[in-house]
Amino acid sequence: MENKFKPIKSYNLNKEKLLKMYFTMTKIRDFENAITDVYSRGLMNGLAHLYIGEEAIATGVCANITPKDYAVSTHRGHGHLIAQGADLKKMMAEVLGRKTGYCKGKGGSMHIMDASKGILGANGIVGAGIPMATGAAYSAKYRGTDQVVVSFFGDAASNQGTFHESINMAAAWKLPVVYVCENNLFGISVDIRKVTGNPNIADRAFGYGIPGVAIDGNDVLEVYRVTHTAFVRARKGEGPTLIECKTYRQKGHHAGDPGTAYRLEEEKETWVKRDPIKTFKERLIKEEIINEKEIENLEKESRKLIEEAVQFAENSPFPEPEEAYQDLFYETEGVKER
Amino acid sequence: MTKKITYAQAICEAIDEEMARDKNVLILGEDVGVLGGNFKTAVGLQEKYGDLRVKDTPISENSFLGMSLGMALTGLRPIVEIMFSDFLLLAADQLLNQIAKIRYMSGGQAKVPLTVRTTIGAGRSSAAQHSQSLHAIMCHIPGLKVVIPSSAAEAKGLLKTAIREDNPVVFIEHKMEYNQLYEIPEGEYTIPLGKANVLREGSDITVIATSNLALKAVKAADELAKEGIEIEVIDPRTLIPLDRDTLIASVKKTGRLLITDEGYERCNIAAEIVMDLMPDIFYDLDNPPERLCLPNFPLPFSPALEFPLIPDQQKLYKKIKKIFEG
Repeated sequence: MENKFKPIKSYNLNKEKLLKMYFTMTKIRDFENAITDVYSRGLMNGLAHLYIGEEAIATGVCANITPKDYAVSTHRGHGHLIAQGADLKKMMAEVLGRKTGYCKGKGGSMHIMDASKGILGANGIVGAGIPMATGAAYSAKYRGTDQVVVSFFGDAASNQGTFHESINMAAAWKLPVVYVCENNLFGISVDIRKVTGNPNIADRAFGYGIPGVAIDGNDVLEVYRVTHTAFVRARKGEGPTLIECKTYRQKGHHAGDPGTAYRLEEEKETWVKRDPIKTFKERLIKEEIINEKEIENLEKESRKLIEEAVQFAENSPFPEPEEAYQDLFYETEGVKER
Repeated sequence: MTKKITYAQAICEAIDEEMARDKNVLILGEDVGVLGGNFKTAVGLQEKYGDLRVKDTPISENSFLGMSLGMALTGLRPIVEIMFSDFLLLAADQLLNQIAKIRYMSGGQAKVPLTVRTTIGAGRSSAAQHSQSLHAIMCHIPGLKVVIPSSAAEAKGLLKTAIREDNPVVFIEHKMEYNQLYEIPEGEYTIPLGKANVLREGSDITVIATSNLALKAVKAADELAKEGIEIEVIDPRTLIPLDRDTLIASVKKTGRLLITDEGYERCNIAAEIVMDLMPDIFYDLDNPPERLCLPNFPLPFSPALEFPLIPDQQKLYKKIKKIFEG
């Protein structure tokens, strides 16, 4: 793919909104870099799946989200959460298994949820969030609201049964859901092109009788524009849209995977050249929407926020052992369960 | 005051009453709408409440069960019908990895008011994939409540409680009971979860019997009473939570324990209940605890093969008699 971008001015977005998008993307990038750092310092246990290279998708999609809407995330979910305005400190504390984390240390990177912000949860099972998102959309319709639900998932999830089952139902019942497939080409080590008859995921929309659009997932403004149309359609009660964002996972499958064993260096370099943050920055400066100094300030602010988040997490206590025995059931009548 | 209705009608009444009571209650599943349920447990509900609240789904168990989780997280109180517990295996991920765990994984943020109704039981010549009693699997995974009523009256009262419960409940109905007529109380009533029901008092042996085996155990007990054996029959009603106190008190009194359940014998809930009670009953036992379950074979089609495997009144009679005759 070449860098063929439309002029920023053609998107009719004000400077404030554009800068907010850039700021979101840098926060995601800095958060993920900080994860690499805490991982290498031995502060982090378990798995964290990095979103580096895919920041434009969460940012462009969530720029359409209003506080009343919902989103369902994936195992590679940090970007979705940050783009929806999740608390960076509580996120980092969760990743480090601390009591102050979003899930009090019970979920970790893969299960961060912020019910108060409509973030219905990341998920450790590939494709498992798609039905949940579809059900939330049914609920929005049932309750007569104009809420929209975003369902994020990867290319690999598109080969799970839940993809087919859920989109079929959303299409049949015209549910207000926007399906966003982040096609980063790899499911752990397996190239989607080797295991899929037609690796253009958006083409499948035709079979469900809904609109399907494939776009450059590294172009935040295209992501914003196309998702906007899908949001409008959903809010009007016209049903779901399938958006395939073509992108690339610049890092390995998770923080501890170098990701070198199964992909072409050449292809990786091509995508790194098309890095979503780098290219957006170049466009913002070239079109004189923002100057270098302003950009620098934003980047500094982003780094500061992430540093504070790491500091907060590192200084936070671990949960007490007895907390492992809490939060299984919502206690209504004081009935004790084992 | 009582009235005579079928088990299926009792289920239907419970759903109807709860839907009338709370506009956030809805039901979805295969054939629940136009047909009124494969087992006639939702007759007339779609006409009464409309297509959105009584939703016929495609054959997509994993996703429509997963959808119910999205509904429960956003203010609704869904009831999902999974026609056979055998089909729950198709939805295992959503039930066991998602619904059961989301509250815990989220550090207690998620509240999941959701009822999954499904059926167990052999005896319809439905062979190996429509006859299994798989509730033990649901009990194995932390995060689900498991309710297994015996009679129609029990089913109605327990289902109403399950629907009002703010945690996911798997509600196990016995498909051989649907067309049976039962006396049930007039008017509204509920039965709490976690409270076992002593169906018949006795001094010689405690029989813990799940689902409709509780009723069969009472009949076997009546027979054995004529021979001087006094059986205490307990319907646990809910497996999670389990009313340990009632069970322990009974075994302490009788000194003997038999557990009967229609699930496969291996890893049956009976093994779990015995181990769970053992620290509290060991020194009170006169005999080793026994179990009567389904032998470890898939269910065969021919009635000539099927019925010999299914635990029933006659097999209970023989099993108990053997305990006393040695």
